[in-house]
Amino acid sequence: MHEMSLAGGILKLVEDASRREGFGRVAQLRLEAGKLAGVELSALRFALQVVARGTCLEAAEIVIDEPPGQGWCVNCAQNVQVHERGQPCPQCGGWQLLTKGGDRLRVVDMQVVD
Amino acid sequence: MCVVCGCGNPGGPGPAGAVVDATTGDLHFGAGAARVSVPGMSQERAIKLEADVLGENDRYAARNREHFAAHGVTALNLVSSPGSGKTTLLCATIELLKRYEPELGVAVIEGDQQTTNDADRIRATGAAAVQVNTGKGCHLDAPMVEAAFAQLPMHGHAHHHHDPDRHEHNHEHDHDHEHGVQPQLLFIENVGNLVCPAMWDLGEQAKVVILSVTEGEDKPLKYPDMFAAATLMVLNKVDLLPHLDFDVARCIEYARRVNPSIEVLQVSATRRDGMNAWLDWLLARARAGTEARTCA
Repeated sequence: MHEMSLAGGILKLVEDASRREGFGRVAQLRLEAGKLAGVELSALRFALQVVARGTCLEAAEIVIDEPPGQGWCVNCAQNVQVHERGQPCPQCGGWQLLTKGGDRLRVVDMQVVD
Repeated sequence: MCVVCGCGNPGGPGPAGAVVDATTGDLHFGAGAARVSVPGMSQERAIKLEADVLGENDRYAARNREHFAAHGVTALNLVSSPGSGKTTLLCATIELLKRYEPELGVAVIEGDQQTTNDADRIRATGAAAVQVNTGKGCHLDAPMVEAAFAQLPMHGHAHHHHDPDRHEHNHEHDHDHEHGVQPQLLFIENVGNLVCPAMWDLGEQAKVVILSVTEGEDKPLKYPDMFAAATLMVLNKVDLLPHLDFDVARCIEYARRVNPSIEVLQVSATRRDGMNAWLDWLLARARAGTEARTCA
C-alpha cells in the first residue's frame, strides 16, 4: 500500500506550492501516472481522499492522465508502446525491451482558488 | 547535527519522525499517530508544477549516494518477499567475508515493520547493524536510510578530521582523506515486499532481488516492477530443488522478459552452493565502487 506514501508526497508538493503561491484551496489537481509507474490508481485516489482531509486539497477534483509505457526494442531498434511489463515487443514478439517512458508519477498542474 | 562530523545526519537524538533506541541505535519510524512515515510531510488560477512525486525522496537518495561514495561504501538494496531467506543469506555472507576478506568493512541496515529480530541476528555475526522499524510503512525510503547510516560506525570512522561545517553545508564531500579508503559494503535489507520497495531509490548502487525456489517460478511476471528495477536476481535455497517442481530455466527466462539485462546467481545460503560466485559479485562491486571514486 505504497499509494499512501505517494499521496503524502503529492500533498507535500501541493502544500509547498500553497505556501509559495499563497492560495486557499485546490479546485482541480492533475496528475500523470504512467502505465509503467507501478501505481494502483484506485488505491491512490482513496489514499488522496484520506490525506487531503482538513487540507487545501480537500474536495479537489483529481484528474489522472495515464500515458502509455514507452519501450525501445533492441531487435527493431525503435520505440514501441508497452502496455505492461512482461509483455513482448508488439512488432517482433521479442523480449529485448528497454523502458523509455511512462514510468513516472508526476504532479502536472492544478487549478487553485485564493 | 551529527556530533562526530557535524553533518546533517543526527547521530544522537532522533532523526525527524523516528524514535531511537538508546542502546542499539535502532530506529522506529511510524511510532506516531499515522503509523507511517512520509518524507517531508508535514481567484481560480492555474499553477504548473511538473514535479515528480518521488522527487523529494530522490533528492535524499542522491545525497545518500554521494555520502556512501565519500566513505568508500558500496550500498546494495536487498529486496524480496517475506521468507525468501534474505537474513540467512546475509548472515552466511558476513561469516564467509570475515574469513575471506577480513579487511572489508560490512554493515547492515535492516528494514521491517516491527521487531529487532533481524538486526539481532546480524549483530550475532559481529557485524554492525541498525534496525529500522517502519511501523505500518511497507518500504524503506531514502531519509530513513540517511538516518540509519548515521547510526553506523561505518559512517563515523572516516570522519575524524575535517571541518564539520563544510560537511554539513556541502555534501560534495571533497574529503582530503579519501585516497586509500578501504572499500566497505553496506547491505540494506528492505521490508519483505515485492511491490512497494521497487519505487523508492535509497541511494544504493544496485538492487538485488532474492527469490527462493520454494516460491513460484513466475514471480518475475507477477511482480515485474521489482525484477525490472533489480540488477541481480539471486535464486536462493537451490539445495531444495530436488524436492520441488521449480523450473530454474523458465524462471530465468521470465526474469529476462521483464529485464533483459538482469544477472542471475543460484545459491543455497545454508549449504553454501554458489556462495563463491555471490562473494565474487559483491567484492567486484565493492572494489569497483572505490576505484571509480579514487580515479574521479
